[in-house]
Amino acid sequence: MSAVATPARQVTGGISARTVNRIVIYGLLALFALFYLMPLFVMLVTSFKTMDEIQNGNMLALPQAPTFEPWIKAWSEVCSGLTCVGMKGYFWNSIKMVVPAVIISTLLGALNGYVLTKWRFRGATLVFALMLFACFIPFQSVLLPMATILGRFGRFGATLQNATGFSFGLGNSTVNLVFVHVVYGLGFTTLFFRNYYEAFPTELIKAAQVDGASFFQIFRRIMLPNSLPIIVVTVIYQFTNIWNDFLFASAYAGSGDVMPMTVALNNVVNTSTGVIEYNVNMAAAMIAALPTLLVYVVAGRYFVRGLMAGAVKG
Amino acid sequence: MTTVATQIKLTPEHNARPGASVRSHLQDALPKIVLAPSFAITIVFVYGFILWTIYLSFTNSKTFPSYAITGPRAYQRLWRWTFESDPPSSWYTSITNMGIFGFLYIFICLALGLFLAILLDQKIRGEGVLRPIYLYPMALSFIVTGVAWKWFLDPGLGLEQTLHQWGWTSFHFDWIKNKDFVIYTVVIAGVWQASGFIMAMFLAGLRGIDGEIMKAAQIDGATTFQLYRRIVIPLLRPIFLSAFIVLAHLAIKSYDLVVALTSGGPGGSAWLPSNFMYEFTFKRNEMAVGSASAVIMLMTITAIIVPYLYSELRERPR
Repeated sequence: MSAVATPARQVTGGISARTVNRIVIYGLLALFALFYLMPLFVMLVTSFKTMDEIQNGNMLALPQAPTFEPWIKAWSEVCSGLTCVGMKGYFWNSIKMVVPAVIISTLLGALNGYVLTKWRFRGATLVFALMLFACFIPFQSVLLPMATILGRFGRFGATLQNATGFSFGLGNSTVNLVFVHVVYGLGFTTLFFRNYYEAFPTELIKAAQVDGASFFQIFRRIMLPNSLPIIVVTVIYQFTNIWNDFLFASAYAGSGDVMPMTVALNNVVNTSTGVIEYNVNMAAAMIAALPTLLVYVVAGRYFVRGLMAGAVKG
Repeated sequence: MTTVATQIKLTPEHNARPGASVRSHLQDALPKIVLAPSFAITIVFVYGFILWTIYLSFTNSKTFPSYAITGPRAYQRLWRWTFESDPPSSWYTSITNMGIFGFLYIFICLALGLFLAILLDQKIRGEGVLRPIYLYPMALSFIVTGVAWKWFLDPGLGLEQTLHQWGWTSFHFDWIKNKDFVIYTVVIAGVWQASGFIMAMFLAGLRGIDGEIMKAAQIDGATTFQLYRRIVIPLLRPIFLSAFIVLAHLAIKSYDLVVALTSGGPGGSAWLPSNFMYEFTFKRNEMAVGSASAVIMLMTITAIIVPYLYSELRERPR
């Protein structure tokens, strides 16, 4: 819709109603921009201040003597509970969890979407509906059985370790979380690819079949090369979701040196031994936020498209 | 044309090689074979686990799961707690909070999102700068949002302190430490996080409206207000529905935000059912009660989502 210009009604004393209108609109928009920026701004400036300045200064003031100390401390020294090794280990935990989980769930989603749109069979819609509903369940309703099963995996892994000297990753927290995120991310990735492939011309597939292309050849040579936008959307969506997850992480890797970033951050902030170093806490929060913020800044358009695709099934 | 060509090409091969029919059977089944693992995983780890949780809710599992059915005791307890308002039971607090949080969160996000979208749609210079500013909180985790707002709303450090320094010494804002108001701080942080996204949904909807309709209405002498109330907002109905679904589902799932922002609030006063479930299951060793509360959460979401999904998937003619 092209914008509705408010008709300038009467010109009163030099300033038209239209001008007043514009001022009000811009004023409101600016005010809300402040509302959205404020917490990030406060977090950022606080992370560059000394503790002295925080206790005696104004929350909104820029740092008098900007220091990187809190960031360095947050990265390599900050205490989570009784262990004081910084966020860096937890940061890598998150990376090690996110990368495989995103790759696997995206690939499976692409294959599922391909089958559900181009190789329809009786009951395909029902299969899709069942997978789609899985996106919406509160994860609390699967939390306990999953914990039990992961425990079994762990015991089985220990047995394998004893018997063969290799546990095949069973019982490893990172592997567990990758598994969990793939399982509960499948609905979303399938949804994304299914909706995208739905609009993909089926004639092309038919033509390739006539030429003798196999199922996987069509997928590799025709579907994948034309899927870049939806791959980007899916990867960003999954990356953000998995990086930001807290519930699964706290239930299945909630303590020790296996914690992902979100759990570690929550522990750091709630560690109350000694003086609470707010600047370090804020730096830690910024470190936890940076990867997803970066993705948002670099590929905001795709980020929004993913959110929309998850919302509007149309 | 295509079918004929396929037949001509395939038939001789079928007859020529004995293994061909097995292979072509395999080719026919291949799509299903590819989809099967994902489907099986969904059936087991989503639907199987839901049944498992339902089963657990009818046992007397405490710290460890027990598999002897003992009847709906967990539900009876939740039901009793539902009316235990003085002093409030944890469950009473959780569901009351859910009502307050759910209503305010959804309502304010919808209203603010629509309002900002309409403002942004007035041929604004700098829209490209403003839009990402409104939307970026959605990229943050609830934990980061919680940490940031916890700091911002802390009476001794944040907003209150700042306004005191600026001379407004009577200003008082300690909701985050007040057991009766702490849930409203969760609303503030939640709205901050999601309203920009709702704005983006509405903006996309507004941009999709045919400009001709608007022009015609303006020529007929409709005021801007009338234009929006009578024409634009009714046209945005599908967006309202989608946004409502997104928000309702986010609200029921909210768990992290309460943990990070309030650590549960004074005496658990900020709990939502999701926090109730986690605490009872993993901290208070009341696994059956935790499972029962998870089942109730699931039922609530199902009641909202299933009709929606049904209409979405059915409308597509096939």
